[in-house]
Amino acid sequence: MRSDTAVATTPTTQPARSPVRGRLSSVLKQIWRDRECYLFLAPFGIIFTVFTVVPVLMSIFLSFTYFNMLQPARWVGIHNYVRLFLEDDVFLIAVRNTLLYASITGPLSYLLCFILAWFINDLKPKVRAVLALLFYAPSISGNAFMVWTLIFSGDTYGLLNGLLIDLGIIHQPIQWLLEPTYIMPIVIVVVLWMSLGTSFLVFIAGLQGLDPRLFESGAIDGIKNRWQELWYLTLPQMKGHLMFGAIMSITGSFTAASQITQLVGEPLTTDYSAHTIMQHLQDYGTVRFDMGYACSIAVVLFFAMVVSQRLVQKLLDRVGR
Amino acid sequence: MALSLSIREKKLARSVGGDAAAFFFLFLAASFTALPIVFAISNAFKPLSELFLFPPTLIVRHPTLANFQDLFGLMAQSWVPMTRYFLNSLIIVALGTVGNVLAASMAAFILSTRKFIGANLFMGMVVLSLMFASEVTAIPNYIIIAKLGWIDTYASVIVPAWGSTLGLYLMKKFIDAMVDDSLLEAARIDGASEFRTYWSVVMPIVRPAWLTMIILLFQALWGTTGGNFIYSEQLKTLPHALNQIVQGGVARQGVGAAVTVIMMILPISVFIYNQSKIIQTMGTSGMAN
Repeated sequence: MRSDTAVATTPTTQPARSPVRGRLSSVLKQIWRDRECYLFLAPFGIIFTVFTVVPVLMSIFLSFTYFNMLQPARWVGIHNYVRLFLEDDVFLIAVRNTLLYASITGPLSYLLCFILAWFINDLKPKVRAVLALLFYAPSISGNAFMVWTLIFSGDTYGLLNGLLIDLGIIHQPIQWLLEPTYIMPIVIVVVLWMSLGTSFLVFIAGLQGLDPRLFESGAIDGIKNRWQELWYLTLPQMKGHLMFGAIMSITGSFTAASQITQLVGEPLTTDYSAHTIMQHLQDYGTVRFDMGYACSIAVVLFFAMVVSQRLVQKLLDRVGR
Repeated sequence: MALSLSIREKKLARSVGGDAAAFFFLFLAASFTALPIVFAISNAFKPLSELFLFPPTLIVRHPTLANFQDLFGLMAQSWVPMTRYFLNSLIIVALGTVGNVLAASMAAFILSTRKFIGANLFMGMVVLSLMFASEVTAIPNYIIIAKLGWIDTYASVIVPAWGSTLGLYLMKKFIDAMVDDSLLEAARIDGASEFRTYWSVVMPIVRPAWLTMIILLFQALWGTTGGNFIYSEQLKTLPHALNQIVQGGVARQGVGAAVTVIMMILPISVFIYNQSKIIQTMGTSGMAN
């Protein structure tokens, strides 16, 4: 913004040129001067543009069409969005569930990742590697969900039902994954259990990347305990990593549907009790073949994530003060 | 006291009570999250009769190697030799990982150390793209790969992986945090080219970042079946081939349990190796202060 105004004022000192032309040529000059930068950016930039930017733009375009993947897309304007907010009752349930769900699992999983990474940071590399693996296990082992389906199995052989019946707390087995009251809490527990993923590893690497001399001089300067060290030395150095983790938590908690789908066995839950925006999207995209509508859901979800990312950024700016 | 000294080289602002509490918490959490690995390994050694036992057991009672013997027997009968599937997987994982680490770290290096027109816009787009649901971009992606004529080639899986945004964002954050301006200044005064600064100065400093990136990429690419893009049987990957064997019937449950363990071996090895290489190094950043 500031550079724009600076460039815009130059024509007054160079009256010979038209303002637009002068600005353009100075931009071109700068680009040519920094050509090496663009060379470094090019390999990633080109692939990113072709395989990420273009598909995203195409999806945004499709959100204004009716597209069933068999016939060519037909332009319908904002109809999908009108339908989404005014006619689709299930979508509103999904929005409510997603917000509830994201506001619980997002912050909790984020804290869990950081605290565990911080605790194991003191250990020797080999010990730390093994412990990190144990925490990361739900993300790396292919069959992670089987354990949970065993625990929450709806018959008397399910581990939880068996335990509760043995203890005499219940007399009839409970259909954990079909009963609307239980699905959401169960999903939250499972997601938290799976949450030690990418951000966890990034926090480990980030903590190890801190300069050890910072803490030695901190100890001399009167840092008394680990909490002071955390707040005054570690966290301010970790702002970038914390933002990274925050984005992972936001995208993870807003798009968590695969967990629900795998746990329940299909994208739809009883009475839509654990229905999230992402499942709504999967329902329309892969079951009903209404891709235009699915794209409009993705766009709305995208804006929701951007807004929460901005909020988190504001919060993180206060760290260490 | 002895305990805390044995696990840590340097002793800074830490109390023994705090260490004990931290260990207790770590132990609780680890025993909770380690369940799937314990269960998977235990299952692989269960005889069929025990696999179908209700209620299921967490720990195997009569361990046997039969599942692995069955699996190797079935693998030997495969129409395309198993080594070919394994090689396909290795090609995709190796090229995909190396390419993404190089492309993303070069871009992150220049975005982090230089100011140029479009840099902020580019970075903004990368962050935003992380928040767009990949479910709906799958179809445009397929169209693009088809237009490029890459259907049924390794490129359909490898090249898009090079442009994976997570790695760029990760590298950018680490270079921002770990590489000091004074260090870059010193390199420039010494007459190092940009590429040399990137390769010999910055990359060694941000080693924790790319070691982490390799873990994540390896895991993601190792699991790929290439299903949407690769049709030729001799180009398909190990996960595809093993899935095929497991889907042979209910009696293949034991083989399936063995497959789960076999597929975990390489990602876990890479994980442990890379994690133990992520270590604090003295005097990397902030040389001047």
